[in-house]
Amino acid sequence: MKALSLAGLEKVYSNGVRALDGIDLEVDEGDFFALLGPNGAGKTTAIGIITSLVNKTAGRVEIFGHDIDRQLEIAKSMIGVVPQEINFNQFEKVFNIVVNQAGYYGIPRAEACRRAEKYLRQLELWEKRDQISRSLSGGMKRRLMIARALVHEPRLLILDEPTAGVDIEIRRSMWDFVRGINEAGTTIILTTHYLEEAENLCRNIAIIDQGKIIEHNRMDRLLRKLHKEFVLLNLQSPLASAPKLEGYLCKLVDEETLEVEITDQRGISGLFEQLSGLGIRVQSMRNKSNRLEELFMGLVENRAGRQLAAAGGKP
Amino acid sequence: MRLRENWIGFQTIVLKELSRIIRIWMQTLLPPVITMTLYFIIFGNLIGRRIGLMDGFDYMQYIAPGLIMMSVITNSYGNVVSSFFGAKFGKYLEEMLVSPLPNWLIIVGHMAGGMARGLMVGIAVTIIALFFTDLHMYSLPVTLSVALLTSAVFSLAGMINAIFAKKFDDIAIVPTFILTPLTYLGGVFYSINMLPEFWQGVSRANPILYMVNAFRHGILGVSDIGLGTAYAIILVFLVVLFTTALMLMRKGVGIRE
Repeated sequence: MKALSLAGLEKVYSNGVRALDGIDLEVDEGDFFALLGPNGAGKTTAIGIITSLVNKTAGRVEIFGHDIDRQLEIAKSMIGVVPQEINFNQFEKVFNIVVNQAGYYGIPRAEACRRAEKYLRQLELWEKRDQISRSLSGGMKRRLMIARALVHEPRLLILDEPTAGVDIEIRRSMWDFVRGINEAGTTIILTTHYLEEAENLCRNIAIIDQGKIIEHNRMDRLLRKLHKEFVLLNLQSPLASAPKLEGYLCKLVDEETLEVEITDQRGISGLFEQLSGLGIRVQSMRNKSNRLEELFMGLVENRAGRQLAAAGGKP
Repeated sequence: MRLRENWIGFQTIVLKELSRIIRIWMQTLLPPVITMTLYFIIFGNLIGRRIGLMDGFDYMQYIAPGLIMMSVITNSYGNVVSSFFGAKFGKYLEEMLVSPLPNWLIIVGHMAGGMARGLMVGIAVTIIALFFTDLHMYSLPVTLSVALLTSAVFSLAGMINAIFAKKFDDIAIVPTFILTPLTYLGGVFYSINMLPEFWQGVSRANPILYMVNAFRHGILGVSDIGLGTAYAIILVFLVVLFTTALMLMRKGVGIRE
């Protein structure tokens, strides 16, 4: 069963901006799906259309087989959304925000209160239930929006940059929480600028740029497309110049840090053999950047380069 | 959604609105009570004593129904326009828009909230009026039905204003430049029979005249306008405004991109 199916989805805003240019996308039930793209690529517009906050220009949207043009209310009842921007009444109490949201979905008050307690406890907000929401910290506000999105127990949860501006400790606890929600059967669509987050959590991925899907693949398959990686080696002793290594390009970042390009064909074992042979001892090693980030930048830059070339400029 | 779920959704909106009215009572309930008390003291008591009888009633009695209706109108309108625009401006209207609440239910829920405030203030002003004059209930059904229908009409008008409003200034323009003048010229303080014939005709183009007079008929049994005409006008406004609000919500004017 497809949790989400988009076909030929288009959005042209009244100012003439074409935000979506015929998107086709399918997300399987139970998936943890990443929808990535640079700012202004069309992610939030797509989510806005799926959640009926934005009117589409053309195309079809189905939520678990329910077309939003014909069965909007059923389709809406299956979606929970955590938006990018804070969108609850900042003068309302935390508990009331969650309980009222349940009421909008037709959940009786007693059950709404029980669920509000459950999700506020799970998201470590129960102690704050009687506080005015404005007084919460940024991370708490994000978690409140997750509790609110879950209170009607949706089959599809859309997280639009849920960890933006959240410190790493809370971010990781939120990852654990949403991973648990997904394992319990909820389909999750995640947009994020933290590509490490997408790589850790998601099984499938689509990359959107300038209103078009430019990549749609399984995460592991996509990462396999990356034929080279850059690693940074922290050396035990300083070097005056970069060593010459057969099959590896390297340069000194500073006298104790060596950057090495590792291709699929060469692997990493040969690198250490050669360094050992030259008497260079390595203290530690880390990736120069996240693997998905490398791929993402490559895809987006390639597209921009092709367009510039087509327009007569230099890529 | 099924009937039961719709009912729960409706209750949720109304309870939310009631809790807002009570939470900010110093902005919602207290000011109209103070304003109307001043009207009764200045117009009814101090000036009214020099005016004499109007349609067989002393001036204080004559203006009391109009002042009650004026507070019902302004508070029903004010509640929905500020609550709905506040939700739109603060983006928490999205909580309802992403939910399966049908558009008509969002409108009816807010309308009920506006009616609740209009009637709460109307009852408070009636109690104040009783400190200044005797009010005999000529017809309770007419009084209640006119108050309910009028508050519904102005709640819907407030909602339409909020749908179109883009900034806070936009929700003050209609009450200041349209609603208040129409209310003052709507027979609250005088009978239109006192006006020259031309201005009587002009006054009949003012919908608030029909509401104030129908309400006055309910309390005092006198009116410048036929009751049937007044009900017809109020019902036409109700249907037109509800249909307009529903059409705007469906199209997403001002609320969906």
